[in-house]
Amino acid sequence: MGLLTNLRDSISRVTDGLFAADEPKRIGIYGPPNAGKTTLANRIARDWTGDAVGPESHIPHETRRARRKENVEIERNGRKVTIDIVDTPGVTTKVDYKEFLDHDMDKEDAVRRSREATEGVAEAMHWLREDVDGVIYVLDSTTDPFTQVNTMLIGIIESQDLPALILANKTDLPGSDVQQIANAFPQHETIPLSALEGENMDEVYTKIAEYFG
Amino acid sequence: MPGATPDVDGNDDPADDGVRIDMISGARMEGLTSMEKIRLILDGVRDGNIVILEEGLSPDEESKLIEVTMTEISPDDFTGIEIETYPKPESGNQSFLDKLMGRESTQKLTVIGPANRIETLHKDENLISTLVSRK
Repeated sequence: MGLLTNLRDSISRVTDGLFAADEPKRIGIYGPPNAGKTTLANRIARDWTGDAVGPESHIPHETRRARRKENVEIERNGRKVTIDIVDTPGVTTKVDYKEFLDHDMDKEDAVRRSREATEGVAEAMHWLREDVDGVIYVLDSTTDPFTQVNTMLIGIIESQDLPALILANKTDLPGSDVQQIANAFPQHETIPLSALEGENMDEVYTKIAEYFG
Repeated sequence: MPGATPDVDGNDDPADDGVRIDMISGARMEGLTSMEKIRLILDGVRDGNIVILEEGLSPDEESKLIEVTMTEISPDDFTGIEIETYPKPESGNQSFLDKLMGRESTQKLTVIGPANRIETLHKDENLISTLVSRK
């Protein structure tokens, strides 16, 4: 009886493992506000499924809820990787509704947006601790990467032992400095791209397959 | 505050005359749970104080600090925190055994203050320069 139970448990573990290997990996797209996370999520989703993930905007905190695009199949060098893309709100330690007043919003809209943004950031942190299998960390290559939020988030990702791919976005803009990002996080590979223009996406997909496959 | 001496202007809140800085030792933090540490920090910062931690927080605690901070932000009252750290050299050289045993090295001086009162002027691995404004 005990032998049969052990055998059944062993078979169950093996079959569970097989199914787990087939399940899509949840890949969180993280980074500070306005780094181009949603533009990248939309680029990946459109390239491989034809659909977008969410609206893009130059106004900070346009994405105020984590949004998931399921079963995105990426094929690279004969290898197929299935991922769920989780586009997350830009992480910050402060949100002041007054910043939104500069974007033609009245106080009521600005306060609502800031409240939604804070809820979104809290949700994103929870996803990072509990619900993602890997991280694409997106940085705006025209801005200084040596910020506390970047340092903390990379530290949190490393402490969770999550595979992480760092993308230096906005290489189409003047002032883009990919090397500065590579210098800030030398322990990780940095891939340059312009999610808006679709530049260097081939390498991004190759790395996604390599890191998360 | 019980026992506080009123100021010459009749105001009994000493924070009105300057900026209070709480420097919290590693020993004080050692016995606290993650949420107790976060509460200690946020209670101080929400009172307008600058909190300096001798040994910082673990990555998991930093993650929770951001999450709890977000839940406490409210318009015209609390806009969040400014936080700065620089790592001590040994923090980057954690051994595999330490990671395996959950012995996270968190030794890094950490400065935390209200976002509307503290501004980082310069930061590198050896120096954090901040401007603290009064209310």
